[in-house]
Amino acid sequence: MIFGVPVQALMGQLLVGLINGSFYALLSLGLAVIFGLLRVINFAHGAQYMLGAFVALLLLTVGGVNYWFALILAPLFVGLFGAIVERTMLSRLYKLDHLYGLLFTFGLALAIEGTFRYFFGASGKPYAAPAQLTGAVNLGFMFLPIYRGWVVIASLIVCFAVWFMIEKTRLGAYLRAATENPVLVQSFGINVPLLLTLTYALGAGLAAFAGVLAAPVYQVSPLMGTNLIIIVFAVVVVGGMGSILGAIVTGYMLGVVEGLTKVFYPEASNIVIFVIMAIVLILRPAGLFGKDA
Amino acid sequence: MSAPLLEVAGLHAWYGESHVLHGVDLHVDEGEMICILGRNGMGKTTTLRTIMGILRKRQGAIRFAGRDMMSVPLHRTARAGLGFVPEERGIFATLSVEENLLLPPKVAEGGMSVEEIYALFPNLKERRNSQGTKLSGGEQQMLAMARILRTGARCLLLDEPTEGLAPVIINAIGEVLRKLKARGMTVVLVEQNFRFASKVADRFYLMDHGRMAAEFPVAELEAQMDMLHRELGV
Repeated sequence: MIFGVPVQALMGQLLVGLINGSFYALLSLGLAVIFGLLRVINFAHGAQYMLGAFVALLLLTVGGVNYWFALILAPLFVGLFGAIVERTMLSRLYKLDHLYGLLFTFGLALAIEGTFRYFFGASGKPYAAPAQLTGAVNLGFMFLPIYRGWVVIASLIVCFAVWFMIEKTRLGAYLRAATENPVLVQSFGINVPLLLTLTYALGAGLAAFAGVLAAPVYQVSPLMGTNLIIIVFAVVVVGGMGSILGAIVTGYMLGVVEGLTKVFYPEASNIVIFVIMAIVLILRPAGLFGKDA
Repeated sequence: MSAPLLEVAGLHAWYGESHVLHGVDLHVDEGEMICILGRNGMGKTTTLRTIMGILRKRQGAIRFAGRDMMSVPLHRTARAGLGFVPEERGIFATLSVEENLLLPPKVAEGGMSVEEIYALFPNLKERRNSQGTKLSGGEQQMLAMARILRTGARCLLLDEPTEGLAPVIINAIGEVLRKLKARGMTVVLVEQNFRFASKVADRFYLMDHGRMAAEFPVAELEAQMDMLHRELGV
């Protein structure tokens, strides 16, 4: 017993928190990357997450493509879809007020989700975890379902890889520089419009990756992204708009805080993230990791 | 006589509805260093930004190395061999000094190697792992120039490199410009400080209300002093 709470319940909720945090981190990372460079608040992020899960489901049921290939193919498909959306539509809005990008992606999300609801209905569809990841291991103090452990590890690996790409490579230097001063970077001979397209595709692909990871945990449904995305926006605000590391760390942190709240004061677990957001906005308007502009 | 490396004729440009360049004519030969003088707001910086293609609302003719540049998109201008060092220097805060230096892609052979650049600017080598904007103003100016020198650009558009810098740093920048000239670099310099410019430039343009009001070689600078004092208000 810790503070009058059974260890198993505590560890169980900590794990749930870490898993939710894994999705928050992956999704807020994509949002942060897109916002940093494109200055677009991507309201279609939840729909792109849902698309990832659905592509995995359709690959399995229609094409017989297994989970592991879906984990690679779905982000590629959704990334390509994102690239086409950016090139043909979103890129036309950069010259206008940022609000137009937000409105466009919001409308896009409604259109995608509506289309999927029309064809697949609103009810969730199960997606079985791959055979290699079923079952659980006994950690002594609790049973850890293997798939859930995998979600945490996979998201950590992908978050680290994206962070490394942005902070430590030449391509990442282009991205960081273009975030600060796109015109000057373009005058150096770097194709910034292409960089914008790739960045949006990367963000969409990350959302789709999270969607595939989520498919066996939650059910696959057209509205699976809408509930999640509101929390993810709160995560981005707490971490600091456009901060890569902030998005990742805050994602895991708030997932865990939410999980712990479920143990100690379950009534508050649905609002704790928003309470934290409000406090952070009062004390540090730029976010925990944001730089004051 | 061979054609100039850079030739601008009848260049007009607009910021939104505001007409700022009213028919700029200028030419620069290969290896020449020209300087555009003029009071604030006369269109010097705009001229550089329009030649570079940053300001796209423009009319007239820009030819560089025999190529029409008017239809070339901004990200291909550098590939043609033009390099731009902006007045605000444009050092990136989220990049280290070395990342800043290595950022612009090489556009041609013949640029300086990183070793040569570090030999020319020892401060940059010492501070290569610092955050770009942690450098002093003079060091940031050196870095802004150095990163273009690495790319192999043939012509440097240099906007007020001495602005806000101490005399000893200004001398160092003058030294760098003389070395570049010795290497055959073509430079279009925008300066308020014509004492500095007179030590490096071959030829001068005086800009007034969006066009070139006068042009003279450095040899005539003394003879033009009265006119310059009147026009520049110094």
